[in-house]
Amino acid sequence: MFVTLRAQLTFLVSSFRKGDGKTRLSYVLMGFSNLARGQVAKGIYYLVCEFLFVAYMVTSGARSLAGLRTLGTQTQHIEAIPGQVPKLIPGDNSMLMLLYGVAAILLVVWFIATYFWNVSSAVQVQELQRQGKPLTSFRVEVREYLDAKFHVTLLFLPVTGVLLFTVLPLLFMIMIAFTNYDSSHQPPGSLFHWTGLYSFKGLFSNGGVLGGTFWPVLGWTLTWAVVATATNYLLGMLLAILINRKGIKFKGLFRTIFVLSIAIPQFVSLLIMRNMLDDFGPINGILQQWGLTSTFVPFLTNATFARLSVLVVNLWVGIPYSMLITSGILISIPKELYEAAMIDGASPFSMYTKIILPYVLFVTAPYLITQFIGNINNFNVIYLLTGGGPNSLNYYQAGKTDLLVTWLYKLTVNTRDYSYASAIGICVFIISAVLSLIAYRNTKSYKNEETFQ
Amino acid sequence: MSGRAYTHAKGRVIAGNTLAYVVLSVLCLIWLVPIVWIVAISFSKGVAGVPNYFWPKYGLTFQNYINLFSSSGISSGFYFPRWFLNTLFVAVCSCTLASVLVLSVAYALSRMRFHMRKPLMNIALVLGMFPGFMSMIAVYYILKAFSLTNTLVALILVYAGGAGLGFYVAKGFFDAVPKEMDEAAMIDGATRAQIFWQITVPLSKPVIVYTILISFLAPWADFIFVNMIMGPTAYKNYTVALGLFHMIDREHITTYFSMFTAGAVLVSIPIVALFISMQRFYVEGITGGSVKG
Repeated sequence: MFVTLRAQLTFLVSSFRKGDGKTRLSYVLMGFSNLARGQVAKGIYYLVCEFLFVAYMVTSGARSLAGLRTLGTQTQHIEAIPGQVPKLIPGDNSMLMLLYGVAAILLVVWFIATYFWNVSSAVQVQELQRQGKPLTSFRVEVREYLDAKFHVTLLFLPVTGVLLFTVLPLLFMIMIAFTNYDSSHQPPGSLFHWTGLYSFKGLFSNGGVLGGTFWPVLGWTLTWAVVATATNYLLGMLLAILINRKGIKFKGLFRTIFVLSIAIPQFVSLLIMRNMLDDFGPINGILQQWGLTSTFVPFLTNATFARLSVLVVNLWVGIPYSMLITSGILISIPKELYEAAMIDGASPFSMYTKIILPYVLFVTAPYLITQFIGNINNFNVIYLLTGGGPNSLNYYQAGKTDLLVTWLYKLTVNTRDYSYASAIGICVFIISAVLSLIAYRNTKSYKNEETFQ
Repeated sequence: MSGRAYTHAKGRVIAGNTLAYVVLSVLCLIWLVPIVWIVAISFSKGVAGVPNYFWPKYGLTFQNYINLFSSSGISSGFYFPRWFLNTLFVAVCSCTLASVLVLSVAYALSRMRFHMRKPLMNIALVLGMFPGFMSMIAVYYILKAFSLTNTLVALILVYAGGAGLGFYVAKGFFDAVPKEMDEAAMIDGATRAQIFWQITVPLSKPVIVYTILISFLAPWADFIFVNMIMGPTAYKNYTVALGLFHMIDREHITTYFSMFTAGAVLVSIPIVALFISMQRFYVEGITGGSVKG
């Protein structure tokens, strides 16, 4: 990062030394070198960029950047002059100031990049002219964007979209983690400020109610992810073995029935499950009708039952996934392995534990980690089934089955504790990132991508 | 192998197969229970709130489906046909946009070599690791800054905007299309754009279909972002998912549960049909490159 930055700076200085008057002038008046040497369209483009950027900075950009430092000083207040109707004097809005500030930073980064392109283009045309070669015309330049530089054309829209709808919001939220934008600091009514690691300290503290929620929720998130991943994976593999067994007919039919649970939108299937498992729902109805229980079983309303229920329902959703994935691998297990084991008189059980499991584990290790991360972020199953409940009085805005992500959602939507929500998001990111790093570094497809092409 | 051992082994295979059939059938039943239940309830008479029985008690009827389309829905705001059209509109627009974005990114990253390629792929990987709706509230304020909240356009932008990040499956597919054809075309003087449109796209129909279907299905399943973007009373701009979700809110469930079941069945049928028909691509999609290696 810093190496490339230094290289760019040396490039700027050395180009300035070597440059003639026109090139040097384009350090101030962008695109001048191109314009003066006959590349009109490109020159005008750079000039317009500079003009727009300066205009933006003068009208609002500079103010936006300055606003980042304080995030507002004037709280809105009501001015009461005797004998008149009290007037609301609008103050600063920390949230908007932060948002515009982040947007301004992105624009500045874009401008700096354009500035570098301008300089390198200025040097390029100077060099071409010195060698007496013809300058690339506008037409040729445009054609380039359909050929050698086609990737720029292809990536322009997607990258803009991602910048606007993913990067900008994400930067904004990451910054919010370092402010006190919580339920008691809501603009425009009141301001929020930079508070450094305050939100993280709150979450990690042992004494407070926030820490008293964070650690148990993190613990349950990890337990959930381990158990859910392991059960789905092992049972899914067993199901795949059953379906792919030699001599079993209607393989396609069986597979399709199980795949139904992936195909049906989760908000439909999980909401149905929630109602089926309701205290007064059909499952409890049947259990009582058959005389198996005298009162209802609190499937989703008792902490332990609820935790078991979400794990079991998750099997319904998750087993078919692993079934599909392991099916492909099972078919690819070398037949000789089976035959050798058969001759040695291995029982089906030891074939499973000694041959199939190690082989499939080896091949699907990266997928397993992806699944684990997926389960840490498994919003739908928890939110749609229990909504995180049953709620606990010892927790802040969370229940006994809440995962970090569902807690994050609740903090965002219900109480607007954005700073804590963002801090939780960053924690989830760190967990996922560390695990993915381990996973991706070890896959062949990452290491030697080129060999596959 | 001696005769007796052979018969013995054969007997074991038959017993094993029978056991496998029994287990599979029982599992299939379990898997079908929720599906059968909701279909049964959607056709049953006299359902108020969540029934505590499996099988329709008071006879069968189409009334729940008719209620979904009846005009009384217009006044209460819970008007299913409108939600359906909203979702269809959003899905068509966002899937067109998203597919173009995804395929562009995938092709550029697969076929072109430029110095920002690896960094861009790593950035995409990192961005994907943040919880998706962590940035939800910021997206909301950005849309508000353009005064787009409560509109369907906002939904299209949200679903398609970040779509460029989902390029993995398509890139994997493009990686597998032989490069020699590109090179031959290049020698004949074709530009990259021509190669993309005239060689790669016709060869990549399966992955194009997959990309279109996946992005088409997203708006039907999402209820989080719609909930954020549409205010609590903007019923007429709801999508099917959000509408159905609200039908079984605590305050609505007693009145609307039977309609919910009918709506859920209606929405699920096309989605399930689409999904089953493209199952093969889906498997390739989730396993991605990881299983190959």
